[in-house]
Amino acid sequence: MANVTLRNVHKTYTGGFEAIKGVNVDVGDGQFCVLVGPSGCGKSTLLRMVAGLETVTGGEIDIGGKVVNQVEPADRDIAMVFQNYALYPHMSVYNNMAYGLRNRGMKEAEIKTRVEEAARVLELSAMLERKPRQLSGGQRQRVAMGRAIVRQPKVFLFDEPLSNLDAKLRISMRVEIRKLQRRLNVTSIYVTHDQLEAMTLADILVVMNGGQVEQIGNPLAIYQKPATTFVASFIGAPPMNLMSTRADEIKSQLGGRAGEAGILGIRPEDLVITNETPSGGVALSLTVDAIERVGAETFVYGSRAPDAQRVAATPGELPPGEVIVRIPGTEAPAIGAKIRVAAISNKLHLFSGDGRTRIEA
Amino acid sequence: MQKQAIFKSKLLPYALVAPQLAIVLIFFYWPALQAVIQSFLLQDAFGLSVSFVWFDNYVELFSEPAYFETVVRTFIFSFAIAASSLSVALLLAVMADKPLRGGAVYRTLLIWPYAVAPPVVGVLWVFMLHPSLGVLSRYLRAAGIEWNPLLDGDQAATLVILAAAWKQISYNFLFFLAGLAAIPKSVLEAAAIDGARPMRRFWTVTFPLLSPTIFFLLVVNIVYAFFDTFGIIDTMTRGGPGKSTETLVYKVYNDGLIGGNLGSSAAQSVILMIMVIVLTGIQFRFVERKVTY
Repeated sequence: MANVTLRNVHKTYTGGFEAIKGVNVDVGDGQFCVLVGPSGCGKSTLLRMVAGLETVTGGEIDIGGKVVNQVEPADRDIAMVFQNYALYPHMSVYNNMAYGLRNRGMKEAEIKTRVEEAARVLELSAMLERKPRQLSGGQRQRVAMGRAIVRQPKVFLFDEPLSNLDAKLRISMRVEIRKLQRRLNVTSIYVTHDQLEAMTLADILVVMNGGQVEQIGNPLAIYQKPATTFVASFIGAPPMNLMSTRADEIKSQLGGRAGEAGILGIRPEDLVITNETPSGGVALSLTVDAIERVGAETFVYGSRAPDAQRVAATPGELPPGEVIVRIPGTEAPAIGAKIRVAAISNKLHLFSGDGRTRIEA
Repeated sequence: MQKQAIFKSKLLPYALVAPQLAIVLIFFYWPALQAVIQSFLLQDAFGLSVSFVWFDNYVELFSEPAYFETVVRTFIFSFAIAASSLSVALLLAVMADKPLRGGAVYRTLLIWPYAVAPPVVGVLWVFMLHPSLGVLSRYLRAAGIEWNPLLDGDQAATLVILAAAWKQISYNFLFFLAGLAAIPKSVLEAAAIDGARPMRRFWTVTFPLLSPTIFFLLVVNIVYAFFDTFGIIDTMTRGGPGKSTETLVYKVYNDGLIGGNLGSSAAQSVILMIMVIVLTGIQFRFVERKVTY
């Protein structure tokens, strides 16, 4: 059992590319920490640095109160689950799990007990003699998990372990991983680009972008109070609507609050189709462009007046002037209809003009 | 799904494969057939009469102790050449597989010797190790070794094995490099996290995963040592001193073209032919299984 602490961690490759630009994270004993971000944000690099597969060029990585920067992966007492599972193709399932224990000189009887226990938990008991190529994707995934848990390490590391599975299996494995981690109570660091996986698994969520941490915290707290426009648009699907406060329609409604704020964000589910303007809230006029019905809810894609479309909010995933509204049920306005939507005042998110700072009202 | 080309004329497909078939028939099957026929014939010393003698040539060959000495010698040569060139090539490939500055140059240089023709390889090594001219011979003598492959059969054999193995290293290196590149990096990383030190990682993960490559190369190297070393032996030692570097292939040439005993020479080549067929058969069986681990 151990804490994992990253202190001002840097990674610069030979050639000068800076992959990690000073990361501070503190994962408490038994906590499940998820690193999430778009591809190329450095999350996998950071995980591999914790594993010891990449060198640390600045700062400290601390596992269980010991700085491990110079410690070999084998001696860090960690176990890792790889994206492609990285099973030993020439070994049986049993030997795949036993390999790490044999390398550490454990007695065969003890190895047998541990492997059989792990196989029972992961429902692999019937497949111990098979080779990895005779297993399905989900089974291989479980063998990779088994290889990690038999070692009873201080820390589990997961590098996008579910991204090679089909959607249905991914959801059930996600639940399994969480249950297993709770039961074993082992500190875990999990890398994913899937924000839904991140939200559902994490005790602590670390949102990364461009080699830096954008925000750290409880997943729901991050969802409710994103610190930057990047977090606002990355966490949550569909993403938060971001709009420039320079547009006349918004400037007039925000009044004094628009002062230092350059960007206004409203989550699609916080917008309601109504003709009233809530006091302190914001109302928008939209022309409906497209409708997506997914059963329980409907997404309305609308565009704002041409005046607003000229003023783009910085790094948003939405084209300027486009607004997504999420409404329950299947009732939706017709395409081409003019509608008015509004959000109440405590559902508004205000950010500085560069999107880097959240402004509390 | 089977892809099948549709030809309007029945003759066209045959016409298209005809040139290839002609080459195979004229240059491979015809001489092979000649050898088989020849091996059943006996010619008198002046070449005036030929008589059909059934298996007499074979019987005589097998009753000759010198032939068995050559068989044993050929096997020793083959295994020595295969073992030394495979192990050196593997060592070089493992070292070249690491990300190095100028790695591409290093790898290219290691592949070069493959472009050198066997007789040239022979000449190269003869010059380096010639008892009176050789550069390396000087150092050997300085080290107190009585070096004279022109007189000492074991030294001549060593020399041939060295040259033949050296030539084959590049080929093996290339395949090992490809084999190493095919091993997923994450598997080795997983082994590192699983507590395996580099040497143990090599023997428990890398080596078993390379086993299909190793097996393939072993067969290729033995075939090479059996047949393609002719040029090297011919330029270096001509089978001598005595018979100390005469392999089966060289004996075919010696007995047939130099000694004029065409019947025995043909019988020997038929036996060699059977050996190649067996080796190729083994190789196909294993290669078709694809994964041998």
